[in-house]
Amino acid sequence: MKFIIKILKDFPAYLWSGWGAIASIFLFIALWDVGNQVYGNLVLPSPLETFQTLFVMLQDDSLLAEIKTTLYRASVGFGISLLFGSLLGLFAGFFVTASIMSRPIVTILVGMPPIAWIVLAMIWFGMGDETVIFTVIVASFPIIFVGALQGTRTLDGDLKEMAKSFKLPWHMKFLDVYFPHIFSYVFPAWVSALGMSWKIVVMAELLATSDGIGASLAVARSQLDTPAALALVVIMIGSLMFIEYIILEPIKREVELWRN
Amino acid sequence: MEKLEVKGLNHSFGFTKILKDIDFTLQKGEVLSIVGPSGGGKTTLLHLCANLLDVEEGKVTNTFRSSAFAFQDARLLPWKNVIDNISLGLLAYGCKKNVATQQSKEIAIRFGLEEDDFDKFPKDLSGGMRQRVSFARALVVKPSLLFLDEPFSALDIGLKKELQSILINMIDKKEISILFITHDLMEAIRLSDKILLLKADPGHVVKKFSYDMPQKDRDDKYVYAQSAKILQDEEIIDTFELELK
Repeated sequence: MKFIIKILKDFPAYLWSGWGAIASIFLFIALWDVGNQVYGNLVLPSPLETFQTLFVMLQDDSLLAEIKTTLYRASVGFGISLLFGSLLGLFAGFFVTASIMSRPIVTILVGMPPIAWIVLAMIWFGMGDETVIFTVIVASFPIIFVGALQGTRTLDGDLKEMAKSFKLPWHMKFLDVYFPHIFSYVFPAWVSALGMSWKIVVMAELLATSDGIGASLAVARSQLDTPAALALVVIMIGSLMFIEYIILEPIKREVELWRN
Repeated sequence: MEKLEVKGLNHSFGFTKILKDIDFTLQKGEVLSIVGPSGGGKTTLLHLCANLLDVEEGKVTNTFRSSAFAFQDARLLPWKNVIDNISLGLLAYGCKKNVATQQSKEIAIRFGLEEDDFDKFPKDLSGGMRQRVSFARALVVKPSLLFLDEPFSALDIGLKKELQSILINMIDKKEISILFITHDLMEAIRLSDKILLLKADPGHVVKKFSYDMPQKDRDDKYVYAQSAKILQDEEIIDTFELELK
């Protein structure tokens, strides 16, 4: 509780430090506008046109429904990965045999291109929610699993010994000695897995479903509607940036205050 | 009567014998040093006595009410501030949080830490400060037996003397018993009632020395004189390989 209050208290200062980021985003938009002036509206619509399209699209309930569908698929997939990746990773980390055995499997999972998973999932599950959710799980699970595994594998033996010498009861050992260390590995893994899920969900939708942001993107492509395609991209990037910079980064800062 | 008794202790890592036939008794209020060259099994012996390693052969009986361990390196929890690190041992004993914090603050002041430092994380402390915190963490639980694993070896002379005089005060009041390992003979002579000389390969006790003068009355002159005397001892010369070849 104290922790949450501290995060909220430091939040305005954190936001204030964001001017640099905003300046660089505006610079990027300026470059985008230059691109528009060079290549014309069909290839690269101007930022203004894109944001106008976005505004019109957001008035439309059907787009909100598409976003909801995508959000649902991404969160279910990511949630399952988060739960099982963290638990299995922790578990594997505590046993040498399990961590040695799981490494090649993780390499296979990471090495396999997501597009290949989509094709397999389409054969196994057909066109629908399951295919997308499955792909999100396979893509984000190994990231979280490896993070949790690393966290438990790298626990400091000296600190364990110290905990033993002070006869810390098990709950203190876990909360004060193991958890902060493991969390400092698992949390960044969650963040990158979330980014991965958000990208994969759109890709899987584009190929395997008839609804969701990905499917809308496919429609925009077939109608050569570049402003709509860009507006959808803006939605995706905007939501990712919101989650990462407004929600996760402040938490990360507080959690990792003790780090060098 | 509280005491630590070690009888017929042997220990091996794999096929390498580390300790052979160690026998000694540490009585309440006593300071016992184990000196010897590095790699002679001193740390292993201390870990066996402190129950950080399982005894394989022989017997270690510890009837002391409570014990604490100060390590060679500070071993603070990097994600906890100074006060939370110090109060760790108290909380483990079931002390209430606010009582533990209060006691930790008091001892921190006594160990030369300032109030500005209380909220700092270990990464923002100097090496000497970290060692102070580590010492405070071990002593705040008022242990009846203290295990010291060369805790002074990385400190400057001033801080070394400061921490030693805190210990000497406690020894004088018979508040504490200490099992102390070191490779520094002067340090051992300043603090100990008894010194055991541990020779390597495998570690075994070759000689015992006793010092009767109360620690509080030992001045530099006494320590230097005794050090000079002990350095003439043949077993010491042999164990530390002091002979010029």
